[in-house]
Amino acid sequence: MIRRSTLPRRIADSLFKITSAVSSSLGLLIMIIIVSTILYYGASMLSIEFLTSPSKPYGEAGAGIANAILGTLLITFGAALIALPPAMAAGIYLAEYGRDSKLASILRFTGNVLMGIPSVVVGIFVYALVVVTFGRFSGFAGSVALAFLMFPVVMRTTEDMLRMVNDSLRESVLALGETRSRGTLKVIFRAARGGILTGVLLALARVSGETAPLLFTALFADSWPTSYFSGPTASLPVLITDYTMNSPFEAMHRAGWGAAFVIAAIILAVNLVSRYYAEKEKL
Amino acid sequence: MSERVFKSLTFAAASLTVVLAASFLIVLWFSGFEAWKTFGLKFLFTDVWNPSSGEFGALGALSGTLFTSLLALLIATPLAFAAAMWASDAPKWIASPLSRAMDMLAAIPSVIFGMWGIDFICPHFGFSLFSASLILSIMILPYITAVMRDVITMTPDVLKESAYGLGATRFEVVKDVILSFGKNGLAGGIFIGLGRALGETMAVLFVAGGLNMIPSGLFDGCTTIASALANDFAEAEGLHRSVLFALGFILLMLEFAIQILAQLYLKRGKIK
Repeated sequence: MIRRSTLPRRIADSLFKITSAVSSSLGLLIMIIIVSTILYYGASMLSIEFLTSPSKPYGEAGAGIANAILGTLLITFGAALIALPPAMAAGIYLAEYGRDSKLASILRFTGNVLMGIPSVVVGIFVYALVVVTFGRFSGFAGSVALAFLMFPVVMRTTEDMLRMVNDSLRESVLALGETRSRGTLKVIFRAARGGILTGVLLALARVSGETAPLLFTALFADSWPTSYFSGPTASLPVLITDYTMNSPFEAMHRAGWGAAFVIAAIILAVNLVSRYYAEKEKL
Repeated sequence: MSERVFKSLTFAAASLTVVLAASFLIVLWFSGFEAWKTFGLKFLFTDVWNPSSGEFGALGALSGTLFTSLLALLIATPLAFAAAMWASDAPKWIASPLSRAMDMLAAIPSVIFGMWGIDFICPHFGFSLFSASLILSIMILPYITAVMRDVITMTPDVLKESAYGLGATRFEVVKDVILSFGKNGLAGGIFIGLGRALGETMAVLFVAGGLNMIPSGLFDGCTTIASALANDFAEAEGLHRSVLFALGFILLMLEFAIQILAQLYLKRGKIK
């Protein structure tokens, strides 16, 4: 019997293992670099004045980002109000009625395809649909754009979470004489609410950092977001874009990093909390 | 509430998916109609971009979109595969922080990647196609890794253990068992990544340089459809605006095609 050396195979294997380990750490490394950059540039900007004053044109003293923080909250929660009811209802249909039917799988497939629509395309779509129709830019139009982004995500999460509920629970509810709709809403939905809540929070965090859908819908304004339905409304992502891309002034760039710090902190905190909550639920 | 009403309401909500998809196509097609009427199919194959004389072609932005996305995929795919491999059977105390970091990376807004790119990537590679691809590859890495991790953990243990039992090394198990078992799912993951890269807007807008022409080298400035929309749309009027809608329509069709491919491959690979 000829014995072949296993050395080349062992070398290939070691090389492979090293490459895997290195590239796995790369994600972590990049994450650390980006977060520390945000901390380094952003944290030094934070002050009570920066967080409580509205943005002002370059050169005016006492400028901040408070109007953009409020605007982002308004636009994001507006989007949630528009998207959540139909998205959850759609998820209920897919999980409770449609299930594995042909029709449901077509709708599910379309939902997955919708998730891939680029956010900037949603932006010009809503511009044509809402801004042109009403004849004005508004925070509300921005909410509509973000709602379109949320809808398929929340629909699919709701479905996935409802489907994790055991069928024996559905049967028990029906056996107790409860109707299908009441059983779904009162028992099945309640059993899945932890997972659904997590999914909704993650979707909210995701869209709150979106810029492109707001560029031609909510626009930007150096004022408090008092005209959500009728005029341009400030938001953190658009403020960052404006200050980074369109301003030659160092002070504006720094303010942009300060805003980046705030939005990143909010998004990462929501992510950490909701994922922690989701993992605890499972135990 | 009557049962039938409840069921119809939820069904109507679910049908919104189809209504939405159709209205995207219809609205973008008609908003860009003037451009299609003016330039015809030639629009797809010319790269002139001259707003002042009213001459437009899609090829500059389209080629920039394809080049940056494909190059990003080329960088990210091997990294994602290796990371997914490693995460799928590393001990939990290593795997869990790594996948947590990937999730967090995916959560960071695109606009922050853009600012970061200006300060950390552009000083080395200029405002160029390469910088854009690099940023894109970082941004799509978590998405591809997540899908690939699912695919890899779905390979039946029996198959892997049989191969190990025959004396295969880890590398051989990956190459001969996991890759051939999961090829559909892995392809699906790559398409998901490609889909994200094609539509990515802000980060590319910040670092690509914004030159609307066919890029002639790696370190030349370029633009993509998504970033051209973000940059030009607010100021465009008349034909120019219609041209941008037409570009949006092209991007939408491209994205639909990629997403459909991704879903088909994932379905064949039985992921979700």
